[in-house]
Amino acid sequence: MTDPQNPARTDREIPSTLNTLYRELILDHYRKPRNKRALDDATHAITMNNPLCGDVIELLLRVEDGRIAEACFLGRGCSISQASASMLTGRVRNKTPEEVLELSKKFTQLLHGDESLLSDSDLGDLRALAGVSKFPVRIKCALLGWNCLDELTEGEVLPAESP
Amino acid sequence: METNQSENQVSISDSQAIEEALNESTNPDFQVIRDQFPILRRNINGHPLVYLDSAASSQKPLRVLERIDRYLREQHANVHRGVHSLSIEATDAYEEARNTIAVHVGAADSSEIVFTRGTTESINLVASSWGDTFVKEGDEIILTKMEHHSNIVPWQILAERTGARLNYVDVTADGRLDMNDLDRLLERRPKLVSFTHVSNGMGTLNPVIDIVERAHAVGALTLIDGAQAAPHLQINVEELGCDFYAFSAHKMCGPTGVGALWGRRDLFEIMPPYQSGGEMISEVTLEGSRWAEVPHKFEAGTPNISGVVGFGEAVQFLNDVGLDTIAVHENSLKKYALERLTAVEGLTLYGPREERTSVFSFTYGDIHPHDLSTILDQNGIAIRAGHHCNQPLMDHFGISATARASFYLYNTHNEVDALCEGLQMAAKVFGGIA
Repeated sequence: MTDPQNPARTDREIPSTLNTLYRELILDHYRKPRNKRALDDATHAITMNNPLCGDVIELLLRVEDGRIAEACFLGRGCSISQASASMLTGRVRNKTPEEVLELSKKFTQLLHGDESLLSDSDLGDLRALAGVSKFPVRIKCALLGWNCLDELTEGEVLPAESP
Repeated sequence: METNQSENQVSISDSQAIEEALNESTNPDFQVIRDQFPILRRNINGHPLVYLDSAASSQKPLRVLERIDRYLREQHANVHRGVHSLSIEATDAYEEARNTIAVHVGAADSSEIVFTRGTTESINLVASSWGDTFVKEGDEIILTKMEHHSNIVPWQILAERTGARLNYVDVTADGRLDMNDLDRLLERRPKLVSFTHVSNGMGTLNPVIDIVERAHAVGALTLIDGAQAAPHLQINVEELGCDFYAFSAHKMCGPTGVGALWGRRDLFEIMPPYQSGGEMISEVTLEGSRWAEVPHKFEAGTPNISGVVGFGEAVQFLNDVGLDTIAVHENSLKKYALERLTAVEGLTLYGPREERTSVFSFTYGDIHPHDLSTILDQNGIAIRAGHHCNQPLMDHFGISATARASFYLYNTHNEVDALCEGLQMAAKVFGGIA
């Protein structure tokens, strides 16, 4: 039984599926998001939301010489959407739109359970989100920031800098 | 809702009744009720299902399932059409359900009940039929900031069509309607005040009789969204004094895809049809058509007959259990849940402490409601996470989402404990509450 006076204490074991979803790295990115700030000299910005839950991410990019020089994000949402966006901003730096698109595809495959990508170093920290594949309803959370990126790249907004 | 409030107060002070309700495991009456819901015997993710999402949709008792099954196996034909025996039997079953529901809500006549697809369509019917006929440019309609999107969007679209203006009654910090703000808006002589009986986002029980009286005093009509009230409270439209009352079957032990609009007969008489086609006409020639009588002129096409029959059975089920018995049980659960949830450190509960139903909307530290829901789900506990089709209300509180646990007649005190244990698990997964 649990101690009603101390809600942080429970004798019940955490199910392993939850431990693979909520890795420490994810919670760390959730509570200490990287690059979560406005980007004054952004060349590209796009906001996307998940109408089902109200989660919002604004992705801000500064593109120089056809590569992403800096990526930042703003918004609010669950640990999965926020951690994924935080990791995204780290992984896309210095990449061309083609490389970003490739990364986005690989990440989407990872979320759909492609375990061969667990050894893909290009994905880096993003591999910590592989546990999302066991929670299909949460895949759209993990992809929210990436949808912003896809919109910017596939829509051929990149690499041309906005005036 | 004076009647219900006084009933609730009597129930809360009836300590013996609470004592009995608390002993769900030894109370044979309670077990009989719970056993009626076979889905509650399921395991989810290796744990017994703890279903705390009845505000989204309730579960269905066996007798409703069996009634729908029997209708489809033995009684089905199209209604109001044939002269043959089966069609007459189906029509009788359909109209009997209308009568059951009319009596249940205290309608003057069964013709005051129009069957719809649910609360959303009931409100859309009024917005289209009454709204397009009687709302003109510059007219005002009052809504509240705690409305479900289904009691906002139809009026926004009507306002766009007609040039009418919408005003929203403010919500207090503890999640009640600001009655001073209502009075201020009523000075502008609105055509209609459309508001919820019970907030789906916070469980607030609104002072509906008072609101209806104030609205009528300035000549406004009133529509009450009863989706969250009808499953729990004895509704009597005559006592409420309102002009329209909308509710859904699926939140009150009935099937999905069916609901009702109660409306004053004299209003229904002067309102044009909502949709058109078969069933709703008395005569069609190539030059034009004459409408059928109320309520049939609002029920175009073959209706959801099996759904309506199931709806009627659900209402009979609630009556047989007794809404007063349900109120005693739910009040006991509510009191216990309030006590347990408010004791959880880091938990913020939205909505008032008094004048509420057993719908609990909360946030827990920095754990997002979606994460909370995923963690609880792994323990077999079903709650709702999100904005609950209540975005203006969420904006009002400066949040994007809450977790919502809602209780119904089949829930137990042990399930309140299970929820609290699930919250402890969530805190553990997140390494504490920040």
